[in-house]
Amino acid sequence: MGSPHAVTVPHPLETRVLLRDHEGKDYTQLANYLARGGFGAWKKAVEMGRDKVHTEVRAANLRGRGGAGFPAGVKWGFLPKDGRPRYLAINADEGEPGTFKDRYFLEEDPFQMLEGILLTSWVIGAHACYVYVRGEFWRAIDVCERAIAELYQAGWLGKNIQGSGFDLDVYVHPGAGAYICGEETAMLESIEGKPGWPRLKPPFPANIGLFGMPTIVNNVETMACVPVIVNDGADAFNALGSPKNGGTKLVGVSGHVKRPGLYEVKMGTTMRAAIYELAGGILDDRELLCVIPGGSSCPFLTKDEIDVALDFDALKTIGSMFGTAGIVVMHDGTNMVEVLTRVAHFYKHESCGQCTPCRQGTGWLYAIAKRMGAGLAAAGDIDLLVSACNQIDGNTICAHGEAAAWPIRSIAQKFRPQLESAMRARMTASM
Amino acid sequence: MSEPSATSAAPLAFSADAKARIAGLLARYPQDRKQAALIPALYVAQDEFGWLKPEVMELVARELDVPLTAVLSTAMFYTMLKKQPLGRWHVQVCTNVSCYLRGCDGLMDVARQELGIGPGETTSDGLFTLSAVECLAACGMAPALQIGKKDHFNVSTDQMRQMLQDLKADARAHAPALAAAPTPLPSSGHTAPTAGPHG
Repeated sequence: MGSPHAVTVPHPLETRVLLRDHEGKDYTQLANYLARGGFGAWKKAVEMGRDKVHTEVRAANLRGRGGAGFPAGVKWGFLPKDGRPRYLAINADEGEPGTFKDRYFLEEDPFQMLEGILLTSWVIGAHACYVYVRGEFWRAIDVCERAIAELYQAGWLGKNIQGSGFDLDVYVHPGAGAYICGEETAMLESIEGKPGWPRLKPPFPANIGLFGMPTIVNNVETMACVPVIVNDGADAFNALGSPKNGGTKLVGVSGHVKRPGLYEVKMGTTMRAAIYELAGGILDDRELLCVIPGGSSCPFLTKDEIDVALDFDALKTIGSMFGTAGIVVMHDGTNMVEVLTRVAHFYKHESCGQCTPCRQGTGWLYAIAKRMGAGLAAAGDIDLLVSACNQIDGNTICAHGEAAAWPIRSIAQKFRPQLESAMRARMTASM
Repeated sequence: MSEPSATSAAPLAFSADAKARIAGLLARYPQDRKQAALIPALYVAQDEFGWLKPEVMELVARELDVPLTAVLSTAMFYTMLKKQPLGRWHVQVCTNVSCYLRGCDGLMDVARQELGIGPGETTSDGLFTLSAVECLAACGMAPALQIGKKDHFNVSTDQMRQMLQDLKADARAHAPALAAAPTPLPSSGHTAPTAGPHG
């Protein structure tokens, strides 16, 4: 089963620790995962002991791969030591526009994630883990269910795993088409069978999470990194990245590039290299106009900002985010009003509706974008977009408000000439 | 998929298979947290009855022993929980940014021509529902779409036309009764056939 998701031949600029050249090997079969050394990290971890493994993960600067980049080892340390049962919940609700990396593990290499789940559950003392897979991922759900069933049969899940005395149950929980359930507390609500309404924080999930119990929420790719850290050590993992950003990162490049696809690079590789070398440059050799660096919730970058390093800190320094590393590239022929409209529609459609600034504000953003596209824009509409974004930003329970406001404000501020020319063209056309 | 219930007199009931699936789901969650099984149980109900008509939601509420209001509010929140009947094939075209940049609007135009309907509509023969959907997490393989449970990546307009024409031909060849059905069939995208060249 060839992977449709990965470029099969590694580019010289890639460093592949996670992505694999499958070469006819089906890594959804446990035997093939074991044959490549799978679950070696578990054996090593048991010898090291829980505390040592936790220390290594903390020292490895494993930043959460779901988008926020919070250090996973630090997060694990937030669990209160009060004897309540603990849960691990894996966020596999991959829905951030521009992002298609977790799909690779879920569909092609589930045991890499599942070994990370076993290690993490053991370190944090969780005996149940829910993997929340977005509902549209039918194939991923099927692959993960089979993989989990195989692990139970082989004694890698269930009671007394491999004679260690450790018990763990892992379950797939399907989503049902709501982007907001990628927000960690909305995801917990969804596992509980409720609408995906994000919770007020605090309390944080580490204290009151799933079913009211202490819960760690981690991303799929974060889990896939854990066996690498245990196998190779924190120093080796750090050496793959940039300061405070350990490891490699899967980056998905899409849009107007010659070779869209999934690539794996050392943290700190430049955006320019990702676009012009990995992805082969701009489609039809046109000029670059703008780039979404890590999923559509991130402020857009201009062509003058692409020498930035790909890590969580460098992108923050220039006022954007690395997010999910879903890089979307647009050339100079792109209609920015159309892009704005699609981004605005998405956040309006996916707003859970709890908070007025987000529920109403995303509707405003979409309405303004629509009238720009219809040739009915009013003078000052671009400034009105910025004003509406400013009133959403910071005024909502969860980050969905910022997820809508930040990219749209960046479009309004950085791509005003392109918006104006597209609006003028529509007005002329509709006269 | 079972036969749609023909009369309103017979009370709605799950098949033995569906009951077993739901029992298996309940075993995944703490005993006092039966509502946690709600979303997967609603998928079982959709497989069984096609869509979540009110009686189906009442049945799920009884089966899980959760309040009907909980079932209703959860069902209303999620787009994949179907509150109305859909065509036999649910054609879901991603229209988000990456797919836009790679030509999804052209695929939507082909779907309009071939099916004679727009996004959000179902053909009068009950065979196709067309939807514009948000990101399917296939941006590097754009433009992307799903028909039923099956992904289609890097789809050209020619391939789109061929797929839809094949499905229409398949429907005519194998299920003339379906095509003649007077009302939309109670079948969701989740039960779309997996056989056939594009199924």
